[in-house]
Order: sequence, then C-alpha cells, then structure tokens
Amino acid sequence: MKALQFERNLPRFAAARLASTFGGSGRGAGVSPLRLVDLDPPELPGPDWVRVAPLLAGICGSDLSTIDGRSSRYFEDVVSFPFVPGHEVVGTVSEPGAPGAPAPGSRVVVEAVLGCEARGIVPPCPACAAGDVGGCERVAFGHLSPGLQIGYCADTGGGWSAAGLVAHVSQLHAVPDHVSDEEAVMVEPTACAVHAALAARVEPGDTVAVVGAGTLGLTFVASLRHLARPGAVLVGAKYPHQRRLAEEMGADVVVEPDQLHRAVRLRARSLEASGHLTGGADVVADCVGSAESLAQALAMVRPRGRLVLVGMPGSVRLDLASLWHREVELCGAYAYGTEHTEAGPRRSFELAMEVVSAYRLGRLVSAAYPVERFEEALAHAGAAGRRGAVKVVFDLRRRRARDSATAERSERIESGGA
Amino acid sequence: MSPRPGFVLEVDRSTPPTLFWHGEGFRLERLPEGTRLLYGPEPLDPLPDPVSAIRHALLHPLGDSAPLPELLVPGMKLTIAFDDVSLPLPPMRRPDVRQLVVEQVLDFAAEAGVDDVVLIAALALHRRMTDAELRHALGDRVFDAFAPHDLLRQHDAEDPSQLVHLGLTDQDEDVEINKRAAESDLLVYVNINLVPMDGGHKSVATGLASYRSLKHHHNARTMQHSRSFMDQEHSELHSSNWRMGRHIAASGVKVFQIETTLNTDTFPEQFRFLMRREWEWSPRDRAAFLASSAALARTPPRLARSILHSIRSPQKMTSVQAGEVEAVHARTTANVYAQQLVEVDGQTDVLTMGLPYICPYNVNSIMNPILVACLGLGYFFNMYRGEPLVREGGVVVMSHPTPWEFNPVHHPSYIDFFEQVLSETTDPIEVGKFEEAFATDPWYVHLYRTGHAYHGVHPFYMWYWCAHALAHLGAVIVVGGDRAAVRRLGFTPATTMADALEMARDVVGPDPTITHLHSPPLVMADVR
Repeated sequence: MKALQFERNLPRFAAARLASTFGGSGRGAGVSPLRLVDLDPPELPGPDWVRVAPLLAGICGSDLSTIDGRSSRYFEDVVSFPFVPGHEVVGTVSEPGAPGAPAPGSRVVVEAVLGCEARGIVPPCPACAAGDVGGCERVAFGHLSPGLQIGYCADTGGGWSAAGLVAHVSQLHAVPDHVSDEEAVMVEPTACAVHAALAARVEPGDTVAVVGAGTLGLTFVASLRHLARPGAVLVGAKYPHQRRLAEEMGADVVVEPDQLHRAVRLRARSLEASGHLTGGADVVADCVGSAESLAQALAMVRPRGRLVLVGMPGSVRLDLASLWHREVELCGAYAYGTEHTEAGPRRSFELAMEVVSAYRLGRLVSAAYPVERFEEALAHAGAAGRRGAVKVVFDLRRRRARDSATAERSERIESGGA
Repeated sequence: MSPRPGFVLEVDRSTPPTLFWHGEGFRLERLPEGTRLLYGPEPLDPLPDPVSAIRHALLHPLGDSAPLPELLVPGMKLTIAFDDVSLPLPPMRRPDVRQLVVEQVLDFAAEAGVDDVVLIAALALHRRMTDAELRHALGDRVFDAFAPHDLLRQHDAEDPSQLVHLGLTDQDEDVEINKRAAESDLLVYVNINLVPMDGGHKSVATGLASYRSLKHHHNARTMQHSRSFMDQEHSELHSSNWRMGRHIAASGVKVFQIETTLNTDTFPEQFRFLMRREWEWSPRDRAAFLASSAALARTPPRLARSILHSIRSPQKMTSVQAGEVEAVHARTTANVYAQQLVEVDGQTDVLTMGLPYICPYNVNSIMNPILVACLGLGYFFNMYRGEPLVREGGVVVMSHPTPWEFNPVHHPSYIDFFEQVLSETTDPIEVGKFEEAFATDPWYVHLYRTGHAYHGVHPFYMWYWCAHALAHLGAVIVVGGDRAAVRRLGFTPATTMADALEMARDVVGPDPTITHLHSPPLVMADVR
C-alpha cells in the first residue's frame, strides 16, 4: 500500500535543503529523502497496540522542516529511519486489537508522543508517571526504536500512509460522531496549542502578543481564549485570511507582523530603548520559531515577562543580552500530556477537542491531497499563508476505499468467486 | 496694473482642462460643462518697504496699547513668542517675516536696555523645530545670539515646571499656558496669518497652551459647531480661544500682538503656471507644466518629495499690524479676506479640489492619509463664510495619491491612530474615546519633548478638524489614492475624475452642480 517514507539519505537531504532555499519551503520534496513507496502495514509492537487506518493526516511545520532539510541535528538521536511521517492523524481502528481498545471501525485521534507506557518502560519516568508524556525522558529507549512521536519512529508507521500506523491504546482518543474528520485532524495540533497556552501561565488581565498566525498561532489564540483570561491578545499575522481568522479566534488586535511591536507598545504604554520596549507584553508566544521571530518576540516582552517558544525553532543566532538584562523567562512548549487546570488535571487532547468544537477549527483545513500528489501537497503547505491556506492534509479516505475494494476483489478471485 | 479680484468661471466648451494638485504631482482634468471654477484673487501688491512698515506698526499700535518702545523698560522680563514651522506654506524665502519682525522688536528692546529676553517657538502640540528651521524663521543673527544661551526655546506643553494654570474661563475651560510667557512683564507674539483662523487670541491661548487647556476646544463637538472655523463670527473654536485670551489678559498677562499677512504669490518661477488661470497659460507655462509633470512623474517619490519641500515661496508681506490683540486681529482678518475671499452664488452638489504635497503639519515630511483628510475636509472644506460651499448631503471629491505612508519621526502616533483607531471607527465623536490614552502615552510624550514628533493626541485633532465636513457630507471620494488607505479613512476611492463624478451622482442625483476650488492660491468662498 502506498506510503510516504523518509529515509536517511544525506545527498537527498542536502538537495532538499538547497531546493527549499531557492524554491521555498516544501519545494524540495521531490529531491528529498521522502519517497512514495509500497509498504505493508507495520507490525504490532505488543499486545496493547492496535492498527489505525488514517483518514486525514496533517502536514505540520515540523514535517516541513524535516523535509526541507532544516530540522535541528538535535533530533538525530530521537528519530529512527526509515520512518513514515504524519503525527496529526484522525483514523479508524482497523482490526480487533488490545483489550480496552476502541472497537474496529471506531474513529480515533492519536496522541502521537511515544512515552514510557507505549515504549513498555516500567517503571515510567517521572514525567510519564505524572501523565506528562511530552516531557518523557525515555523517547530513545525501550522496546521501540527511537522516536519522539509516531511519525518519527521506524516501528510505528505514520499518518502519511495507506498502510496505516500502529498506536498504543494509551495514545487513542475516541472521536464523537458529531465531530467531522476535518475537526478531528485539528485535535493534535490544537493539543500542542493548548499545552502552550497553559505553559504560558497567563494571568488574568495579562497582555499577550502572538507572533505568527499559521496553524499554531491561530490555535494558540483560540486555546488562550478558551483556557485563560488574558487582558488583551495581539497577533502579528502576515496574510489577510490569517488576520481575519485571528480575529475570529478572539484576538483583540491583529496587525501585520512588522506592526506588532508598535501595537504592543501602544497597548503597554511602554517606552523604547535599543529597539526593545522598556515595558511590553507580559507574555509573547513565538509561533514561528525563526531567528527573526524570536528577536522580534524578545524585543516586545516586558522585563521579567515570559517568551514561549510554540513554533519549533532550529539553530538560530540571537542576541540574548536583553533576555539576561531584563530577566526574561524563555520557555519551550512541546506537545502535550496532562494539563493542570483550575478544574483539576485534564488530558491536553480532551481540552483540545473542546477548543476544536468551540472555535470550529475544522475550517482551518484548507486543502486535502492524496499521498500520490505529495509534492504538490507539501509545496502547498510550505506556501500555505501565501496561498490563502492554513492546514494542508493528506486525505486517505478515497485511497483506503479503493484499496479495500481491490483487496476484496483479490480475495474473491483467490477464493474462485465471480 | 492692480491685482485682479477672484472670480467664478463657468466651464464651457472652450475652457481648457483644469489643473489639480495631486500630491507630489499634478493632473489636468476636463470638468463637465457648467462646472464653476473658483479662482482666488491675484496676489496683492506687497508692502514696498516691509521693515519700515513693521517699525511703523510697532510705533503706531492699534487698540488700547501703547507703542512698543513705551512698553519696554530696563530690568523687565520680555518674552517674544512666534509661530512655528507650520506657517507659512511653503516656507518662505529668506528673510522670513518672523525674522524681520523679531529683529525690530529686539532692536527696540536693546534701545530700551531690556536684557532679559527669551524667544519661544509657540508649538502648542506640534513637533519641535529643527535648528535649521529655527534659523530659517529667525535669521542667523537672532539664532546665533539666542540659541547658544538657551534663550531661544520651544514651548513644551508637557513640562509642568514650564506651565502655569491661570484658572478657568466663565465656561469652566482650563487656561494653562507657558509659564515664562505668562510671568513676563510683556509677551510679544509674532504671527503669520495665512488663513483667517490664525492669530488673535488663538496665538497665545493655543500656541502656548497645554493639552489640559487645548482639549476644551480641540474636540469634535467644538469643530462641529464651528461653521466654519475660518469664519470668526460662527466659530466655536474662535469663541473658546477668545474666552481664554480674555481670561489670560484678565489674569494680568500683557500681550503685545503683531500680526502679518502675506500675499498669495506662493510658488517660484518654475512653478508659476500653478498660479495662473489655465486659459491664460503662455507657451512657457505649458512647457513648464509639461516639464515639471514629466520630471516629477519619473522621479522616485522620496526624491520628488524632497524637491518639492525644498521650494521656498516668494510670498511677500501685504500688511503688518500691532498692538491690542482684538483690534489687531480685526484688521488682519480684513486683510486676509482681501487676499482670499471670493463671492460665490449659492452652494454646490459636488465640490472638487486638488490637494498638494504640503499642509501645516508635514513641512519637510510626508503627507500621510490623516493629513490628506485634514487638508481636504478640515482646511479646504472650511474655507467658506456664510454657507458651506457644498450643500448638506453633497460630495467632496479630492485628488491626492494618499499613500499609506507615515514619517515615524514626525508622526509616530499617527501610525497607531491609523492602524488601531480608524480601523475601528471613523466617527469623530467615537474616536474621542481613544484620545486620553494617546494624549498621555509616555512614549509619545517622550518623543514630543525630546525628538521632533507631533504630540500623541495630534492625529485626533486632525480628525476632529474633519468633523464638520464628515457630519455635513453625503460622501467623500478620493481620486487616484491608495485604495486601502482611502477606505481606511472611510472614504471612497476612484480611479479617475470621471469615475468620481459618476459615483457622486449616485449620492446627489443626476445632473449635479459641480464647483472646483482652484488651488493655489488659497481661496475662501463667501457663499451668498
């Protein structure tokens, strides 16, 4: 069955980096280590695992970064090759599996992080023991090959595959019938935003600035509005559709990225020195992850404020003098797990499901492609903002129906039926 | 030959296309037959000997005032305030009228043995002038004698130590002005009265005031009740300033007012065609028009702006009067009217106007969209006496490129106003709810006090200036403007004048009457 597989191939890695440099993000897919191949479904790693047939699988910024040859070398030891990308997945449980697993045919979303429980590590690390799988200390260990998440692990398969993936029962969340596939595929990225919005520790009345209004920026704003009580949310959004959506997600002020500094200054009634606001936002969320966005974020956060890295950064060159001088807290926000809300501990995915429904985040899914057209899909995702899109996904529903029909026909032929 | 008065020409088949300013360029527009073209009077003859005229005015004051030399005694504290860079437009060739007047005043002061003299640029909430601008306005001699010793100052409306509160008017308006000026034995104010609004009690009550004082008359309500603010008899802005001015006088501040008027000989020889009536253009005027238009069109906007802002106007002084404020101003106003007033028979459905590259608030700077609105709907629309030139529910068509561009040094709060206030509302009353935050923003205060920025509240004033027009008009159409910027202002963009007039018909009905306010020169309609 058709799947997209990412191999360890340094020449192609270099070629992709070159192509994306000159052609733009996602443009290097054809020369990258990503190949369309025929794969069998992955083996179940253990008794508590089930097979999931993806319906929709999103293309994330981190996927693009990998395919563009731009991801940090930090990840080398926490991924295993070859892997099938795709960690934003809504799918169906495809065959009877582990006890307690959803019944075959049930729709599920997959909590892609591979923590201690999925890895069969007993006792679990302290983070996993507390339900904080995003902070797992054993992502490169256990009976599975290294891999932060499904979609980066050689043993699990990933969402960009008609062959499907395998997931531990602890990673599955049932999708209610009233939730569409488009909404469901937004749950995983929204869970990241939920986690980031809570990691930002926004106090009531705080001024929050959000750099970037792609999927992460928009879902972050929606999550923040749903889970916290900021005084004002200001968003720097590059494209008109992003600005409209940011307002719809609850931003108070939406401006072009180069105007965000000005808007924050006005809101904070700050002075300026050395290109930095002397006051500034209480919290700045960088939902881009570039050197430019980080520098911009640092210039508009107040002394002793918090800068949250929501978008995945790579190797960046950044002047940290102001961070030191102003005692700014720099805080990463990766993935999800268990969130500690006023109402008690809740899974990020549960909260994300609420946010997705409340803010109708299915509308952020702008385009769907079959895996065979992966080059177009990735080019579209890489230029999503410019092309008026937010989230681009692979649609495996038709492929799956076709494969099932073919398999059924083969079965009938083999059994001598007409 | 004496200058010809202004008049109204009706466009017919033989009328050549009409010249419109279009920012840093020009357009020739063929207006429909029957359109009235309003031309101002030709430039009045200048005073043959301005220095003698100034001396004469100081020695023969108007109203209840002694001649200036009699008011000057040794040991006294003398302050000379003068209009800032917003006047005249364009900046005039050296010597500037302010220089001529200030030099005379200083000569008298020196003769009287007065040695405590301070000069103050009456900025109100305008940007601080640069040294070059001060030197241009006052001349080398005055600048070099005063500036190095901190005796040439710029009014700082945000320094409490430099302000004094003189109490309230009978209408509970705060009167807070420059402390040095208020505590001087004599305050001499040197005006350039370019339009009828300038001068009178407004000189001190506005030019040397604080925000606390200004907000009583610089607001949407006052401007909506100033019909027009160029017509003293019907201007609430004028009335408020007069109440304050009289209160200032009653508080013991002795003001010796000097007002000057200029003729409308506005542009130098290479742009002389701007001042001529189109059907009287000589071959040389046509050639100058074609050459200037082509050159400006091919020049990068920044360079074109720089070229135009380097123009020094050949305007000359037509009158000077000095003495008691109200007596002086009455004479001045008559002189301004003599230069600018044109009788017009009745209102019009559609008023067209070409807007130039400059207004009082962008000297050596960018004419941003807010200033475009202010020049068109604040200044030009209000250049009437009697009835507005355009009828209620009528349309104003302005020609200007209206670039979405701001000078961040001069107009920082304008950027925020445009981005965050006008994006929410363009209603001048509604806009007012944001005023306090801008007026007290510490960054704007800092930039106003230490840089060359207009005060944080200034864009609000520009918008309030439009309040009367916005309440009166059915639509405002901008020809050839940046469409997004024009829409942000709440106006309608049009590509051509023909399109604009077609759009205007949708508002005022078919076969509208059209009147064009021809500028330059400055012209004020006396609508009968």
